[in-house]
Amino acid sequence: MTDQEWTEVHALSGAYAVDALDDLEKARFEQHLHRCAECRAEVDSLREAAAVMSVDDVAPPSSLRADVLAGIEQIRPLPPLTTPEPTQVGTGRRVELKRRWSSAPLLVAAALVLVALAATAWIRPWQGGSSDELTAAERVIQADDVQRAAQRFADGSKATVYLSRSEGRAVVKTDDMALAPAGKVYELWLQTPEGVMERAGLMPDESDTTYLLEGDASDATGVGITVEPDGGSDQPTTTPILLVDLSA
Amino acid sequence: MDLGADAQAGTPLAGVPAGASPDPAALLQLSARGDRAAFAALYDATAARVHGLVLRVVRDRAQAEEVTQEAFLEIWRTASRYDPERGSALAWLMTIAHRKAVDRVRSAEASSRRDVTYHQQNQTIDHDTTADTAHASLEARRVRVALEQLTAVQREAIELAYFGGYTHTEVAALLDLPVGTAKTRIRDGLIRLRDTIGVGR
Repeated sequence: MTDQEWTEVHALSGAYAVDALDDLEKARFEQHLHRCAECRAEVDSLREAAAVMSVDDVAPPSSLRADVLAGIEQIRPLPPLTTPEPTQVGTGRRVELKRRWSSAPLLVAAALVLVALAATAWIRPWQGGSSDELTAAERVIQADDVQRAAQRFADGSKATVYLSRSEGRAVVKTDDMALAPAGKVYELWLQTPEGVMERAGLMPDESDTTYLLEGDASDATGVGITVEPDGGSDQPTTTPILLVDLSA
Repeated sequence: MDLGADAQAGTPLAGVPAGASPDPAALLQLSARGDRAAFAALYDATAARVHGLVLRVVRDRAQAEEVTQEAFLEIWRTASRYDPERGSALAWLMTIAHRKAVDRVRSAEASSRRDVTYHQQNQTIDHDTTADTAHASLEARRVRVALEQLTAVQREAIELAYFGGYTHTEVAALLDLPVGTAKTRIRDGLIRLRDTIGVGR
């Protein structure tokens, strides 16, 4: 990340603290938050300031209290987030020792990647036989009648929609797309000629993915993506972050 | 905020002397262990503050009540995730409630814009009336003084975002600011507010 990009992302902390980012920006900023302790501290402090602004007390009806207390009977509180047992902080010597060892997990991770790569290379020749055999998604993308529409988002990520009437399927391919915010998921939709949005699956939680939409796309007039609560919704509940018109 | 629990506050807390204001952080930590009485006390201590914010964002009374209920159920479920080192318990509760309120107005907007607008026009509550008592309080005066330290644009941008539930892009459009500058106004304003009031870091 360049200095300028860093400054731009960092500038979102205030809007994030008061929930004034759209879903995509929010996802992008939350990814940044994982890596940036400075932003985490700033967001915490700005939320504190925002909370203080609200001084209007309005007592909810007493029936609400009863509903809430009845409601919690059916909800199990989440366990705390646990961290591995902390290493004892001792003398300077021990700290130094600890530091020297701290690269060990990285080496392990590197080794795992190598193993994974080796395993993939090993398995590949047997998987799918010859390269003539295309996956369903590849058949859509390479179909003679494929309709293609790409959208680039403000953060530089890209989503491309492919639809083939002869294959009767649609594919969404994402590049560098921000992951859905915590507790949310990207849901895909096929629009029918009547204008109804039909569920077409949940996008895998990966930035770069090629996803074959569920359902028959031969009559679809559009493809949409919305951000929905985990597990998805039966119909879109938020404004689509992408809506491609394929009626032509 | 009136921390005195109302008459139906229920079981008194063990270890909390009668008449003392319960500490929301302690109540939250007890709630995480499944202590219902502590959670009831937390509700009594904070429900009016939380609901005041939710109502101001959502505006529709019935929907605001649903959102406040959802927020408290979420608070119960995730109480263990509250980290006192990162901020006050009240700010944590307000963050959850605010996010739910904003989610509600945005999804309502997407699904039935017309219906909601009608509802809002007809059920907008008069904050000047409901907040009379609060405004008289020292706390409210302190906040008002702090808000006066902001530039007009900073104040408007923050209020549209926080109480209006608008995104920074929408705030920019509403205030005729160049795209991308509202987020800076919001951040600068919040930083100044934080430093004036002396909360957080």
